[in-house]
Amino acid sequence: MTAPVTRQQHLDLYYYMQLNRQLEERMVRLFRQNKIVGGLYSSLGQEAISIGTAYALEPRDWLAPMIRNIGSLLVKGFKPRDIFTQHMAKYTSPTRGKDGTSHFGDLKVLHTVSPISMLGDLIPVMTGVAMAGRYLGQNIVTMTWIGDGGSSTGAFHEGLNFAATQKAALVLVLENNQWAYSTPVTRQVPLKNLADRAKAYGIDSATVDGNDVVAVYQATKRAVDRCRAGDGPVLIEAKTMRMKGHAQHDPAEYVPKEMFDYWKTRDPIPRYEKYLTEHKLWDAAKKAEIDTRIGRELDADQKFAEESPLPPPELAEEGAYCEGCHKIEAEWKRPKQEVIPPKSSIKAEWTAPKLGGLSLDAEFVTAAEIPSAKEASAAGSNGGATSPAAAAAAASAPEPAGGSAVSGSAPARATERPPVREDVANAPALRVPFGRGPKDREFERERTEAQHKHQGDQKRAGRSRRRKR
Amino acid sequence: MAAITMLEGIRQAIFEEMDRDPSVVALGEDIGVYGGAFKVTEGLLARFGPERVIDTPISETAIVGAACGMSYLGLRPIAEMQFIDFIACCFNQVTNFVAKSHYRWGAPVPMVLRGPSGGGVHGGPFHSANPEMYFVHTPGLKVIYPSTVYDAKGLLKSAIRDNNPVLFFEHKFLYRRVKEEIPAGDYAVPIGKAAVRRQGRDLTIISYAAMAHTSIEAAELLAKEGIEAEVIDLRTLLPLDRETILNSLKKTNKLLVVHEDTRTGGIAGEIAALVCESAFEELDGPIMRVTAPDTPVPYSPPLEERFLPNVEKVVATARELAKY
Repeated sequence: MTAPVTRQQHLDLYYYMQLNRQLEERMVRLFRQNKIVGGLYSSLGQEAISIGTAYALEPRDWLAPMIRNIGSLLVKGFKPRDIFTQHMAKYTSPTRGKDGTSHFGDLKVLHTVSPISMLGDLIPVMTGVAMAGRYLGQNIVTMTWIGDGGSSTGAFHEGLNFAATQKAALVLVLENNQWAYSTPVTRQVPLKNLADRAKAYGIDSATVDGNDVVAVYQATKRAVDRCRAGDGPVLIEAKTMRMKGHAQHDPAEYVPKEMFDYWKTRDPIPRYEKYLTEHKLWDAAKKAEIDTRIGRELDADQKFAEESPLPPPELAEEGAYCEGCHKIEAEWKRPKQEVIPPKSSIKAEWTAPKLGGLSLDAEFVTAAEIPSAKEASAAGSNGGATSPAAAAAAASAPEPAGGSAVSGSAPARATERPPVREDVANAPALRVPFGRGPKDREFERERTEAQHKHQGDQKRAGRSRRRKR
Repeated sequence: MAAITMLEGIRQAIFEEMDRDPSVVALGEDIGVYGGAFKVTEGLLARFGPERVIDTPISETAIVGAACGMSYLGLRPIAEMQFIDFIACCFNQVTNFVAKSHYRWGAPVPMVLRGPSGGGVHGGPFHSANPEMYFVHTPGLKVIYPSTVYDAKGLLKSAIRDNNPVLFFEHKFLYRRVKEEIPAGDYAVPIGKAAVRRQGRDLTIISYAAMAHTSIEAAELLAKEGIEAEVIDLRTLLPLDRETILNSLKKTNKLLVVHEDTRTGGIAGEIAALVCESAFEELDGPIMRVTAPDTPVPYSPPLEERFLPNVEKVVATARELAKY
């Protein structure tokens, strides 16, 4: 059953997606003006996932974004000024300059946990938040995101497995944008649908078209409702495409151009605008009204951020410890007596009604019963609920083109994919370490010059130079 | 009142805090029905139930991560590492997520991460480690390593009540070896305060955990030779009690640091630097140290015997120092 979406909700979804995109476009300009201190990670083309998922949460619920989920933070209630000031390392930022990007949160009001750069670690943390919420009787749902690459980490496995054993109210959104920095998804996970990972944890899953904001919202709403009902964690795979490099410094020359071309036609915002028009949910005047509002809000917040001071240097040495600055108090929504002896006391022993026996419940299979790899792949994926729209989208989408560039031992399926551009396949590895502003740009300039000199390939050099700012 | 073991002292601290405050919960591997590998949490599940005493999968990262998440909602989780060696499995979660939380975004993490540590029980390279210095080098954490029953109970209570993430090392060699009568009723020992275990005038021996006992025994032997050693038990490694160290040095002018941790990068180096920059002119001799060598902890008894510092090694080094 899909959740109904009201007209106002439809317009909200547009507002947040457009706000997300306009905000990031402004930040790209600020980056080019050297006003962004560190790296800038684009969510261009992935806005429908950030917005559609977070929009399914209630204010009491908790989320923890990945670096590209700026849109989720906006939906949760953070303001563009928070994003601007974070990236510009200002004293007025939520972390007062201690950390950048979307690395911030709010425990008390917006119920948001700050991410760290190491992927996967948020999954056990949000499992703990869900467990504490249940313990305190708060009836909350927690949500976090992971990428196709991040799903290769040990923390992903430990976290999701623990969440499953605990039946924690955790919605994990696996944002499959097909590239983990320069490594294609096929080199991360040997699965067609990453949602199939859910099978290993015995949890519910769904695969959804990540560029269809309504489909994302509806799949997530269903998952959130299931979680709140106590049915345990849900894994949602949202298929999409990262339309820029890993960060601003990365021109993503390793991505086959055809892939960008294809996914540009699936851009979630024009697609949704068309949908709104076709369904008569708005008119040109309404669109103009929302766009004007976004422009006004961003103008004010960008101005605020640009005029804000940098932090005083001495702040660097403050705040490693809580020295009485926080009053820590759990918010109990159930009687404490329930978790205090004698009510909490039990007979501490395991019971095994089925004795773990083979013949009693046939939960185990012998080696002979395991289907061969060939049979298994012929049977195909049948994991979880798939929305009709997503199934259609998956059927029409070409296979992601990756992985076949380096090795000749790729599976036979690889031949169906678009050919890899020769000049990309043979190009030397990029050596830019991290997007850190002017110094790195200088480094990149020097590197590029050296590369051109070495190759003596003027045509290639010309194309590459045009990409530079 | 009968004397109790350190293990019982730790157990009492957990029980009493969970009785006192329903926001205190415990999680770890085999801590529930089984009562923990060393039986520290025996009876805890029966008393407090499965919502508060959580048997986890073998997933150290999940244990620490979930404890951190719980603390964000105002709970005070006590997470157990079955052996502290396994803390290496969740190093990232501890050092990057938990430790940096308050500094980065003002989110306190009031959790305790505790577990059995240390050698002398033939546990071999993966059940005997002293990994405290990885974490002493991690701002945002507090690190406690007690040597007595009284301190273990009182410091664990302080750790549970603290608003910061505290690593609580329990030397397994001491679990059932040291016994002590402790006061009935609630008490807490402050974090960050060292204890002077023995007064002396000729030299200062600084130590902690099992080696505090070794140092006291050595000091008693030295006294028979006319060398009066002052013995300081650090109790907390982070934050370090600089004042007690420097005050003792002003009295004895000679310093010997004894630790079971390996030599390079051990706390002795930090103490030596502290003394050199703050009280260089008080020194009448070199700062000396007795430590384990820079190797993993070996398994076979003669090898482990050789590896661990002991009373003879401390006495011999102290004699050398006393000659200055």
